[in-house]
Amino acid sequence: MFRKCDITGFEVDKRGEALIKVNAVFAVIFFLVAIIAAFFLVLTRHPTIHLLPPHLYYRFLTLHGWNALLFWIIFFEIAGLYFGSTVVLNSRFSSPPLGWLAFFLMLGGALLINYTILQGKADVLFTSYPPLKAHWLYYLGVLLFAIGALLGVILFFANLVVAKREGKWERSLPLFTFGLLTAAIIAVVTLVSGAIIFIPTFLWSLGIIDKVDPENYRIIFWGVGHPAQQINLAAMISAWYLISYLSVGGITPSEKISRLAFLLYIFFINLASAHHLLVDPAVSPAWKVFNTSYAMYLAVLGSMIHAYAIPASVELAQRKRGYRGIFAWLAKAPWGNPAFSAMFISLVGFGFIGGVTGVMIGKEQTNIIHHNTLAVPGHFKGTVVIGTTLAFMGATYYLIPLIFRRKIVLYSLAKVQPWLFGLGIAILAISMLALGYLGVPRRHYDILFSNAPFKHEFNPAMWFFWTLFVIGGVSAVLGALLWILIVVLSVFFGPKLKGPEDMQIPIVLPPQEEKKNPSHSSILCPGTLTLIFIFFVWFMTYFFLNWKWLSATWYVK
Amino acid sequence: MALLPPPENWDKEKPSKDEKTWVYIALLSCLFMFFWMIGWHIFGKQNTSFVSYKVNPMEFFQLYNSFVEKYKIGEKNGTPVVKPPPESDVILLARMWSWSPILVLEKDKWYTFHISSLDLQHGFSLQPVNMNFQVIPGYDHVLKFKPTKEGEYSIICNEFCGIGHHLMIGKVIVIAEGETPEKYLGEIKTEKNDFAEKGYFNQAGKINPE
Repeated sequence: MFRKCDITGFEVDKRGEALIKVNAVFAVIFFLVAIIAAFFLVLTRHPTIHLLPPHLYYRFLTLHGWNALLFWIIFFEIAGLYFGSTVVLNSRFSSPPLGWLAFFLMLGGALLINYTILQGKADVLFTSYPPLKAHWLYYLGVLLFAIGALLGVILFFANLVVAKREGKWERSLPLFTFGLLTAAIIAVVTLVSGAIIFIPTFLWSLGIIDKVDPENYRIIFWGVGHPAQQINLAAMISAWYLISYLSVGGITPSEKISRLAFLLYIFFINLASAHHLLVDPAVSPAWKVFNTSYAMYLAVLGSMIHAYAIPASVELAQRKRGYRGIFAWLAKAPWGNPAFSAMFISLVGFGFIGGVTGVMIGKEQTNIIHHNTLAVPGHFKGTVVIGTTLAFMGATYYLIPLIFRRKIVLYSLAKVQPWLFGLGIAILAISMLALGYLGVPRRHYDILFSNAPFKHEFNPAMWFFWTLFVIGGVSAVLGALLWILIVVLSVFFGPKLKGPEDMQIPIVLPPQEEKKNPSHSSILCPGTLTLIFIFFVWFMTYFFLNWKWLSATWYVK
Repeated sequence: MALLPPPENWDKEKPSKDEKTWVYIALLSCLFMFFWMIGWHIFGKQNTSFVSYKVNPMEFFQLYNSFVEKYKIGEKNGTPVVKPPPESDVILLARMWSWSPILVLEKDKWYTFHISSLDLQHGFSLQPVNMNFQVIPGYDHVLKFKPTKEGEYSIICNEFCGIGHHLMIGKVIVIAEGETPEKYLGEIKTEKNDFAEKGYFNQAGKINPE
């Protein structure tokens, strides 16, 4: 049942490993669907290229949303949860048959959703706000997918319990698995919200009940829609810690503080479904202020802690190897290792683009100048794409040799891939944010209003950003396709990995502990501290700019 | 050490000085950002509304009809042009795929907007000032607006509402006191209007309580 990994020394349950593989492979397949759709969307949104006709634009947008935001990420996360709860703990998979059931439920749901969308029976976009109604098979697909994912999450908990009983871990989990545990707890809340809202919506689509209140739907739907992204957040941060450990032997500066940060997510982050209701009727400003800020920004505090702890883990390990000066540790970091470069671009991109814009879009009043503009997808390109997706891409470079036991094909191109994808998405996200500030709506086929009864002309500066939008979008699509190509060629056709000597991507052990304990009164990570202060200055600048922009609008109360 | 169990005494270890400093700075900025939002409700001029009502879409449509009938001053591209007096209740109707009526407002005067939808959800996006609010069937979104600058404004729909979503656009004209909207709209067919009590609206332009 077990094989001993000759590279890491982990005991790997082969039955669990098969489940990790199949979930990861289907994640990549759905990612391919999302990327093909993304290519057409980029070239349709540009107001003069306009590749697709309107009905196909909205259909591809629905398809892209589901495959990119849910199928790709959740399949990959389920693979990650199984990895973190079996391989990392040298433990066995609690119930492989149920693992397969979870997989087939998710697959069935995903196929059903994609089928109804492509048949044109669910042109309702990812959010499917009632009274907009899709075919009942669509809602059935959502339910099957959610139940399958919930089962996968439950199996993760079961794996942890089995491992504990069998003495594989005692007092505390490794930080990576602890982070995944956070993601799993958030996932339960998310998926239960999904069931609460999609069961009545499904019955409504069958005609059994005659109304779903649109505002109730929004409140509960965003209990799925937004926390689903918080699962990604916790999983992404776990992946950052993982890659820091594997690629430079990263040393977590304080286990206590990093774990506290994850705990803050569990307590507060699910309040953020309010982010989508900040300019809705029916909920009061008091409710909005409390919930949108995760009760005084305590989840943001968690993210800001990780933003320090992860580069610090790299810096600590590098300093112990003797790199001095403020930034020598960073300059001499393994930039040729695609997992490391993916992790670092993901970290910087998430913080500077995704995180900062998220806080400002999520403030009650400044949401007025963002809601449903192109700035919103611009923000989540900065979180879920440059953040989660790129972090997962980086982690895959370790999964291929360690789990699939293959050499990475086209390794020299793999070194370029994170830059191509990461910079492409960064340009795309920034151009979308700028267009959003000019008022350009999201999910809109024709902002020139060619056939509309009235015209509106946006600020002509938009043309510059539309050009950037296409450049960024196309590079990101190419970066994503390159990654898919490398993964598919490696996994299915790559040369078999015979042993540690075949590892192209290095696993670096942490440096030996120094004899004397480091003094806690001095500054341990001057480089990280400098970086985080640059980040802080940017954050506060952006904060006040937004209020300045808001104060230039009409008065409203 | 993310893949290994933490050291035995991990919960007793003291964090380093730089990490502790950063955590305190981060916490303070979080509290600052939270209280700023409350402060903006007191000192700021742009806040979301405390008032909204549940409304039957057909009833809202009648409200709209009587509003248009009372204050209509003309028509443009088939959409009524309406000039309500300052301080009054203003009805804005969203439906697939139009905003109605075209509103003529005076600069620096308050208006109480009632925005709702007859069918699907829509997105009220006022351009180029870029103010965005959600419009939901069955809910009357009450927002008090004070236009701060004269000019021609567009209302775009920024919530997906079906295949004609991108055709949905309306207009708001803001004029100085005593000006006419023709400067922005061109010729509008005008009719006499006596501003009498009509339907749901009383003399002062407020919705009658019943």
